[in-house]
Amino acid sequence: MSILTVSNLTKQFGGLVAVNSVDMTVEKGSITAVIGPNGAGKTTFFNLITGVYQPDNGNVQLGSSSLVGLKPHEISRHGIARTFQNIRLFSNITVLENVMVGLHKQLKAGIVGTLFQTKKVREEEQLAKEEAYHWLEYVGLAKHLNEDAQNLSYGAQRRLEIARALATKPKLLLLDEPAAGMNPRETRELTEFIHRMREDLDVTIVLIEHDMKLVMEISEQIFVLDHGEKIAEGKPAEIRNNVKVIEAYLGKSAVTPA
Amino acid sequence: MNKLTSKLKGNKLAQIILLVLYVLITSLSLYLAQASVTAFLLMLFSLLLLYYTELPDRLKWLIAGVVLIGVIPFVSSTGPGYQSYMEVATVVGIYVAMALGLNIVVGLAGLLDLGFVAFFAIGAYTYGIFATGQAANFMPFGTFPLSGESFWIFILIGCFVAALFGVLLGIPVLRVKGDYLAIVTLGFGEIIRIVFNNLDKPVNITNGAMGLASVKPPEIFGYQFVYPNQFYYIVLAILFLVILAVRRFEFSKIGRSWKAVRENEIAAQSMGIHLVRTKLLAFAIGASFSGMMGVVFAAKQTFVDPTSFTLLESITILVMVILGGMGSVPGVILGAAVITILNLQVLTEVTNYLNQLSLDGVISFPEALAPAKMQRFIFGAILIIFAIYRPQGLIPSKNPVFDEESLKEGSKKHRKEKITVEPDKGFQA
Ligand SMILES: Nc1ncnc2c1ncn2[C@@H]1O[C@H](COP(=O)(O)OP(=O)(O)OP(=O)(O)O)[C@@H](O)[C@H]1O
Ligand SMILES: [Mg+2]
Repeated sequence: MSILTVSNLTKQFGGLVAVNSVDMTVEKGSITAVIGPNGAGKTTFFNLITGVYQPDNGNVQLGSSSLVGLKPHEISRHGIARTFQNIRLFSNITVLENVMVGLHKQLKAGIVGTLFQTKKVREEEQLAKEEAYHWLEYVGLAKHLNEDAQNLSYGAQRRLEIARALATKPKLLLLDEPAAGMNPRETRELTEFIHRMREDLDVTIVLIEHDMKLVMEISEQIFVLDHGEKIAEGKPAEIRNNVKVIEAYLGKSAVTPA
Repeated sequence: MNKLTSKLKGNKLAQIILLVLYVLITSLSLYLAQASVTAFLLMLFSLLLLYYTELPDRLKWLIAGVVLIGVIPFVSSTGPGYQSYMEVATVVGIYVAMALGLNIVVGLAGLLDLGFVAFFAIGAYTYGIFATGQAANFMPFGTFPLSGESFWIFILIGCFVAALFGVLLGIPVLRVKGDYLAIVTLGFGEIIRIVFNNLDKPVNITNGAMGLASVKPPEIFGYQFVYPNQFYYIVLAILFLVILAVRRFEFSKIGRSWKAVRENEIAAQSMGIHLVRTKLLAFAIGASFSGMMGVVFAAKQTFVDPTSFTLLESITILVMVILGGMGSVPGVILGAAVITILNLQVLTEVTNYLNQLSLDGVISFPEALAPAKMQRFIFGAILIIFAIYRPQGLIPSKNPVFDEESLKEGSKKHRKEKITVEPDKGFQA
C-alpha cells in the first residue's frame, strides 16, 4: 500500500527547473532513498512535499488527501515530519524544550488555561516534559536535556533534530542528509537506528543521502534525480548497475570508454 | 570581596540577615534624610539584592511585597520628597509593564517593533476620550464624562482594545520580516500618533493637538485617586498581575512557540506551529499590557495629548528591553527601572548639581557643553558602556532547568512495549 504519491511534480526558480515532472510512489512502512548529484533538486523536492515551497505543477498526496496548497504547519498536522540538510534547531533554548516544541500540536493549553494555570494545563505540561525526555532517551541525548541546543556536537544536533521530528508522531519521516558530517562509526549507528525507528514506530522513512554505502544498505527503493528529473528508480542492486545513474555521477566517459 | 561572596553562597541565613540589615539601614537613612535621592535609590536597590539571594521564590515574592507595599511608601512618607518619590516609582512601574510587553514581542517572539508606544497611546486615549466630555461629540447616547468609577473597567477595556489593535496592525505588518518589520512598525507607530493628532475633524474625537484635559481621576466608593502615592498602588497591583502573566506565558506551550518562531521560522512551522497566529498572539499580549498602563497614565496625568507618544518613547522602551536583557523578565524589569530612574532622577540631579557649580563659579562650561545639553550625552555614554560590557543585558535571559530524576521516572509511561532505550548510548541499539 502506498502512503505517499507524487505525480508530475514541478518547480521552477526563474529559468531553472529545480524539479521537473517527478513521479514517485512510496510504500507504507518502507525505507526509501532519494539520491542524485549536488544541485539535482533533492532538497527542493522535500521542500515541495512539506509546503516550504508551492509546486508550479503536479500533485502530492499523503494517503488519500492532497497536500498541495497547504502551509507547512498544516502538512505537519497531516503527519509529515522532517529534518534539515543545514541543521535548523532552536539554538538558544534547551535540548528538552526543542523536543517539547515538537509536541506543540498535541498540547491543548490556550491563553486562559495558561494564565490561570489550570490543573489540566499543569498536568499536560508535566506529561509533555516527560514525553520529550522519553524521545531524548530514545535518541541517546537524555543527559544533555538542560543544555542549549547550539552547544551540542554536530552529530548530537542531528540526533536532536530527529528526536524533535519524532515527537510530532509522523507517519512519514523525511531525513535530508542525516549522515552528513558523521564519522564512519556514527554513520553505522545511524544506519541501525533508522532500521530501529521503522520497527519501533511504524513510520515510513524517505531519506536523501550522499553516502552510498548507507543508501545501498538501508533502502528498499531508490529514486535518482539529476537536473530536476527522475532518471531512475528501483532496488539498490538495480540502481548500482544503472547506466544513466553512473553517467550522472561520474560523467559519460565512465560508461563509454573513449 | 570574592571571599565574602563565596562565603555567602549557600548560607541562606546570612543572606537574610544581610538583606534585612540593608533594608533597615537604607530605610532609616531615607526616613531621616528625607530629600536624599541617594537614600531612595539605595532603598530600591534592596530589591535587586533580594533577586540575587538564594531564597525560595515564594519567600522572595513575599519580601518584595512587604518592601514595595509597606516599607518604601512608609519610610519616604514623612518628608517633602514623598510625592516625587512616589511619582518616580509609579512611572517606573508603568514603564516596567510596557517593557515587559515589548519583551514578549522582541525578546521572546523576535519581532523588532519600533512603534510600540502606539498601544500605550491607544490605552490612554480609550480612557481619555470617555472620561472627559470629549465622547459627547460623537456618541449618540450616554452622558459624558463617565465617572471615575468606570476607570477600573477601563483598565480591562484598554487591555482589550490595545490587544485588538495589536492584531489589526499585526495582520498587514507581519507580512514583512526582520529589518523591514522594524521600519513598518515604526511607520505604524507614527501613523497612530498622527491620527490622534488630527482626529479633531470632521468629527472631533481626540481633540487633536490640544489634547484631552481634566480626565476624571479613578474613584471607588467615593474615594478618589489623585496623588502619586495613590496611583503607586494601582500600578503595583497591575504590575503584579503582568509579571505573573508573563512568567506563565513564558514557560508554556505559547511561550515555547514564540521562542521557536524567534529561533527558526521554517523549523517552527514544520513542527506544526501556525506562524501568523503565533506572531499575532505575541503582538496582542504585548500590546495589552501597554494598553492597561495607558489607561493608568491618562488618569494619572489627567491630560492626554499626542506629544507623549513619540518615536523617542518607543525607542526608550526598546532600550529598556535590550539593556535589561532580551527575553529576560528580571532583566527587563531592571532595565526599565534603571532607564527611568536615570532619566527622571539621576541625570536631572547631576544636571542641577553641575548648574549649581557653574552658578557658584566653581567651574565654567562653554555654551556647547551646558549641563542641560550634557544630560543626553551622559545617557548615551552610559548605554554604550553597558552595550560593551554587558552585551547580553544586565541580567541575561536564562533557560529553565529541568529536574532529570523526575522526568526519568515519568518517561517510562510514554514507552511502547517494544521500544527499549539505553540512555546515552547514542544510536547504538
Ligand atoms: N530558493 C531557491 N531559489 C533559487 N534557486 C534555488 C532555490 N532553492 C534551490 N535552488 C536551486 O535549485 C537547484 C536544486 O537545489 P537543491 O537544493 O534542491 O539541490 P540538492 O539536490 O538538495 O543538492 P545538494 O545535494 O547539494 O543538497 C539548485 O540549482 C539550487 O541552486
Ligand atoms: Mg540538498
